[in-house]
Amino acid sequence: MLGRTAGSQFWMSRYVERAENMARLLEVGYRISLMPGTIEGHRDDWRSTLLSSACAYGYDRKYKELTAENVINYLLFDLDNPSSIKTCLMTARNNGRSVRTAMTRDVWESINSTWNEFAQIKPETVSSARLPEFLEWIRQRCMAFRGALLGTMLRTDNYYFSQLGNFIERADSTARILDVKYYILLPRPSDVGSDLDVQQWGQILRSVSAHRSYRWFYRDSRYKPWLVSEFLILREEMPRSLRFSYQWINTALQGLSNLYGKSYECHTIAEQTLASLKQGDMDEIFRNGLHEFLQDFITANGKLSQSIATTYHFP
Amino acid sequence: MSRYFDEMNGKGEGLREPYARIQNWLKGLGPDQVHKALGDAEAIFRKQGITFAVYGSGEASERLIPFDIVPRVFAAQEWRRLSLGIEQRVRALNAFLHDIYHRQEIIRAGRIPREAIINNAAFVPEMMGLDPARGIYSHIIGIDIVRTGDNDFHVLEDNCRTPSGVSYMLEDREAMMYLFPQLFAQQRVAPVEHYPVMLRSTLESVAPPACKGEPVIVLLTPGIHNSAFFEHAFLADEMGVELCEGNDLFVSDGWLYMRTTQEPKKVDVVYRRIDDAYLDPLTFRPDSALGVPGIFDVYRAGRVTLVNAPGTGLADDKAIYSYIPDVVEFYTGERPLLKNVPTWRCAEADSLAYVLDHLAELVVKEVHGSGGYGMLVGPTSSKAEIEAFRAKLKANARNYIAQPTLALSTVPTFAAQGLAPRHVDLRPFVLSGDKIRITPGGLTRVALKEGSLVVNSSQGGGTKDTWVLED
Amino acid sequence: MQLTIKHITHYAYDTALDYSIQRLLLTPHSFASQSVKSWQVSAPGMAQAMQYRDAFGNKVHLITSNPGSGAYDIVAEGVVEVRDVAGVVQGLSVPVPDAVFLRQTAATLPSEPMEALLQGFGSAARAALPFLHELMAATHGAIAYETGTTHAHTTGAEAFAQGRGVCQDHAHVFIGLARKAGVPARYVTGYLVADDVSPAAHAWAEALVPDLGWVGFDAANLKCPTDHYVRVACGLDAAGTAPVRGCRRGGTGEHMSVEVRVEMSQQ
Repeated sequence: MLGRTAGSQFWMSRYVERAENMARLLEVGYRISLMPGTIEGHRDDWRSTLLSSACAYGYDRKYKELTAENVINYLLFDLDNPSSIKTCLMTARNNGRSVRTAMTRDVWESINSTWNEFAQIKPETVSSARLPEFLEWIRQRCMAFRGALLGTMLRTDNYYFSQLGNFIERADSTARILDVKYYILLPRPSDVGSDLDVQQWGQILRSVSAHRSYRWFYRDSRYKPWLVSEFLILREEMPRSLRFSYQWINTALQGLSNLYGKSYECHTIAEQTLASLKQGDMDEIFRNGLHEFLQDFITANGKLSQSIATTYHFP
Repeated sequence: MSRYFDEMNGKGEGLREPYARIQNWLKGLGPDQVHKALGDAEAIFRKQGITFAVYGSGEASERLIPFDIVPRVFAAQEWRRLSLGIEQRVRALNAFLHDIYHRQEIIRAGRIPREAIINNAAFVPEMMGLDPARGIYSHIIGIDIVRTGDNDFHVLEDNCRTPSGVSYMLEDREAMMYLFPQLFAQQRVAPVEHYPVMLRSTLESVAPPACKGEPVIVLLTPGIHNSAFFEHAFLADEMGVELCEGNDLFVSDGWLYMRTTQEPKKVDVVYRRIDDAYLDPLTFRPDSALGVPGIFDVYRAGRVTLVNAPGTGLADDKAIYSYIPDVVEFYTGERPLLKNVPTWRCAEADSLAYVLDHLAELVVKEVHGSGGYGMLVGPTSSKAEIEAFRAKLKANARNYIAQPTLALSTVPTFAAQGLAPRHVDLRPFVLSGDKIRITPGGLTRVALKEGSLVVNSSQGGGTKDTWVLED
Repeated sequence: MQLTIKHITHYAYDTALDYSIQRLLLTPHSFASQSVKSWQVSAPGMAQAMQYRDAFGNKVHLITSNPGSGAYDIVAEGVVEVRDVAGVVQGLSVPVPDAVFLRQTAATLPSEPMEALLQGFGSAARAALPFLHELMAATHGAIAYETGTTHAHTTGAEAFAQGRGVCQDHAHVFIGLARKAGVPARYVTGYLVADDVSPAAHAWAEALVPDLGWVGFDAANLKCPTDHYVRVACGLDAAGTAPVRGCRRGGTGEHMSVEVRVEMSQQ
């Protein structure tokens, strides 16, 4: 298998996952902007969406003012933004197109038709009222892509590389959302336990579609920072948690080492990360600093991505 | 009597035998069925992603080539006669290329002027003395043929570089079999779907001497932005070979490898769909990022085969075209079975004078142009267009050749107002390796505009399935 | 004359080099008036080099390597014995029909002002040798030798227009006009030991004279090659005959320098 084919499988899945995560963040941002609150609150909420999606820097370079319209356009349609949903879907589709013979027809048609339909949409037709429906459509299409992939692809190297891209992106996104919200938005100890605080933690869960599963899992309707963090970091039951992601990553890497008969540095990195998540203890993580923990994780996750690319000769 | 030969109805003398069943079928076909079939066909092609890129039209640059459901039909006997001419021509073209890149006997014999070869842009001096496997240069040739009468075929162009369109031929057949299976049950149509197998056999048969065991074949594409990318992916898939971009291949210690997720893998045969100039920055254009540095050196050393060879464009150059009947005679010792279109070389003063006097009747082409761009079709041009072209022609006469407008045959085609005759040409695909293999039929291109003689897809042409009936 | 040559091409890069591929045309042939006593080329990757003859019969080495960081040298060295035969090249096999050397390239294609130069000469067809000497003198006169005024990709026509250039430019102008007049001409690389300047890699032209064969013309120095010239390779123009032509990945900021040392001894 060509190194470029592996790279394209990896990036195609990674960009679809990123598009889906971006749609969720936008849904949350939009939801909050409708809630009663101070003007300042509104502004902060769009800023937090930019920060959580790691798009604040690019946005500030392009726009002086923070307006809902600009943020939505920047995150949805702007091809200058390497993480906008449009860029993600286009990049995913171009990666897919260059290796379309290495995927099933269902997978190809899923990404191809999603892009073709998205490309037809004119930004001005997505009014504020239509936004939720549109974002839901994007999420559905991304999930349909993943469904096609899981349901039709042979469990060989093509599949493993796509899983690696998918879950490295998911782990990165979950860690970032948690870190940004926790570290940047809740700086004042006096805020802890306040309405604003509870609302923020609710947002975090919503950003990963977990506000209901949290209540169901913990049998508790109050969002507790300690539990929310545990849910998103350590729980293997939670499909967007860091641990869950790393279990998939390790399974995929194991698949590759079985297939190729060799293990590399990337296998060691992934195993170590998973081991530390399995043994992880929330008390200790909070004692040593959640922010530091998440920063270390994001760095290690990036290093793993880099190591996979080098090991398997992505271009 | 009609001015044009219609492949179904002749010149008005009535139904031609090969179309007997087609006519019956058309009679029973209601407008609703036609409408539905055309819609279904489009959906099939779009789903498959059979598109071609149109340059310079931004994001929405992938388009479908229109497909017409009325097939173009040859009787077995007609096709046998045509095949003999095609095979003769293809043998001669390869012999010509071998000679030009070795002793140049044809120049010494005075049958082609030296200047037409030596300073031709398509001549690649780096190929001199190189001995490709089996002496074949152009392994895949798509000869454009037009028909003007029952027994009158003319070669319009020999495409010896990297002819495209074979995927449309295959997909057109797929679509027809899906839409109208009963037609194929009524009569035996020679199959074309084994083309990828024949192509693979051809590629295997020209593995370099240094290759031991089963050759590793790749298809080298410029990438997803190339207008024929769909075809590259399609053929690689159908043949079961890797579809590579330049960056996937590299030369190490004098051998060509592809970069895989494991160890590098040695490559023996490269079916390249990249133009000569971009193939190798070490030998050709140094600014090319599409090619593979050193691939030509490895080729020169007999360690890899390039398909087609660099420099094959000489054999389909428009400045050489008018000499091809001589070429056929020179190398085969036989009279050419396929005719050329009479051609005036504007580089020659007498010819230029004639052409300038008869612009309104002629087709004038750029010697190095392709795709139907930059040409004048006299009879369908306005006075102003003709005068504008006259100025261009006078300024750079060497750059042009002229031909009479041919009365291209027509085939009934569905137009907005119903069935109507439209002009067609034919591109059969010919493979040369251990033997010559000709696909029965080929790609029929049809000019969809009423009266138009330009069949190129970039100029609004469509395609038809092409049938060769078996006895 | 016996010449002991050492030709060093030194490369250094600001950042690490991931991959390098180079084609070397650094190996001279023996023929009637030139005898290569010993010769060797050393470079990274040389042990696994691929050797072949190119279209013009030149001996080619293709080398690939992953040098990483750090500088390296390509060294060509050996002993060559040369006789002075007034530039006539005999006994050398260049395996292409002579007519191929009528092909103009972008570097040799004459401009109109260049072609005007031909007006004053006798006929190349009737008397090739006098014609070529006239052409050599005219080319020498038209381009003042001045280093740093042209670069590797300057065409003959460009050098002619500015009236300044180096041996490569003289050769391109001479070759372009000879071809224009119907005389096959080729670009030649090699080494020159002159009395007044330090030895150097050099380039000149060879043209085909009926009944005599190929003859060298060095328009830069206004003479035919002597026993102070060592002939290495030939082609259509400078780009196709470059002693080293390469591509690389990584390795930004290339620094290249060339050094040629020659010792002479009379036999």
